[in-house]
Amino acid sequence: MTDTIPQADGHRWHDMGGAAAGEVPLADHDFALWEKRVDALMILCSAKGHFTVDGLRRALEDMPPSSFEELSYYERWIASVSQNLVEAGVLTTFEIGERMSAIRERGQTYGDAADG
Amino acid sequence: MPHDHHNHLSPSGHPFRADNDHPLSYWQTMEIAVRELLIEKGVTTAAEIARQIDAMDNRTPANGAAVVARAWTDPDFRAALQHDASVATSEMGFDIGPMKLIAVENTADLHNIVVCTLCSCYPRNLLGLPPDWYKSRAYRSRTVREPRRVLAEFGVTLPETTQIRVHDSTADMRYVVIPARPDGTDGWSTDDLAHLVTRDSMVGTGLPKSPDALA
Amino acid sequence: MGSRVRVRNDMPPGHIRTPAYLRGKCGVIERTLGPFANPEELAYRHSGAPLALHRVRFTMAEVWGATAEIPTDTIEAEIYAHWLEPADAA
Repeated sequence: MTDTIPQADGHRWHDMGGAAAGEVPLADHDFALWEKRVDALMILCSAKGHFTVDGLRRALEDMPPSSFEELSYYERWIASVSQNLVEAGVLTTFEIGERMSAIRERGQTYGDAADG
Repeated sequence: MPHDHHNHLSPSGHPFRADNDHPLSYWQTMEIAVRELLIEKGVTTAAEIARQIDAMDNRTPANGAAVVARAWTDPDFRAALQHDASVATSEMGFDIGPMKLIAVENTADLHNIVVCTLCSCYPRNLLGLPPDWYKSRAYRSRTVREPRRVLAEFGVTLPETTQIRVHDSTADMRYVVIPARPDGTDGWSTDDLAHLVTRDSMVGTGLPKSPDALA
Repeated sequence: MGSRVRVRNDMPPGHIRTPAYLRGKCGVIERTLGPFANPEELAYRHSGAPLALHRVRFTMAEVWGATAEIPTDTIEAEIYAHWLEPADAA
């Protein structure tokens, strides 16, 4: 792998400037509704003072380096939004888990489960 | 009945990402849970979330194009934009929220290009959400080291006599590039000029369209 | 504005907005903005002391040495005041 950043010296994976990497992938996609909702939750929660964009980034940066490849952008964001809301005392991990289990009972697609 | 849009392109010409018809993912489930809990606790409302999404959908590169075209035709506005781009774009009527914006101008001797090596900071409140490539490892890694090779991948080749200036959006400011006005557009209206201004030309990975494009 | 500065060559843990590739490099202050709350504190739910934010211009030659694409091309980045010291400091 030529596109990984050595970290033994304290250099963190998200700090990518200057690393070797392949061609810029030019394919693009339109955002799905659930992705836009994640974005909206971040903007609203930060505007209301529950956490800051630096809190969002900190939780993203603390994820393992593989998360950049294994998770999509808004998958990482909802993980960070959740963590920050738990840290802020707005939500608890128990209630997030409990609600997620209930949501999975509603249906097998986002469309079926989202508007229960 | 599931609607099959997988072989279709959206109005903007991009493929749709798998969404409502695909198996519910762990992270989608988390989004639903967090959103519902925030609404139940009174932190936000469904209407507020919908308004936020509408506001972001209404932010498109066309907003930036209108700013650029006015800068090309209105010297007072251009000066205001250089002095404080946040104030100038707000006063033009764009709802840029708390974004702090700097406009950087291309000339025959200078080409500006914007990147965020630490995350994906982008002037989203003016141009809308960033394209996927802006958030890619390749763009974030290479643009500060080999901007000319990166530009070549976007089809842009500049003479060595044109200085390239890379702006790494490391902190509180966001950047929009004001590309140079294309030759052969004397007397054009700002509306016509705006049609020459592409998203990529305002990030610095592209140039405005040639006047022939509108002929 | 115009002052020559060096970015501290520290490698702290945690949330930092000073990119590693610029640490230890010298540049010129292009303009000064702010003050803004220190993101290194905001990230951890502290209020964040106000800091000046400097836009520093570096040459590709300074940042990448002999491997620079074109040595006279430039990079500008926003660096918080506490990460900068006068370039003549030892």
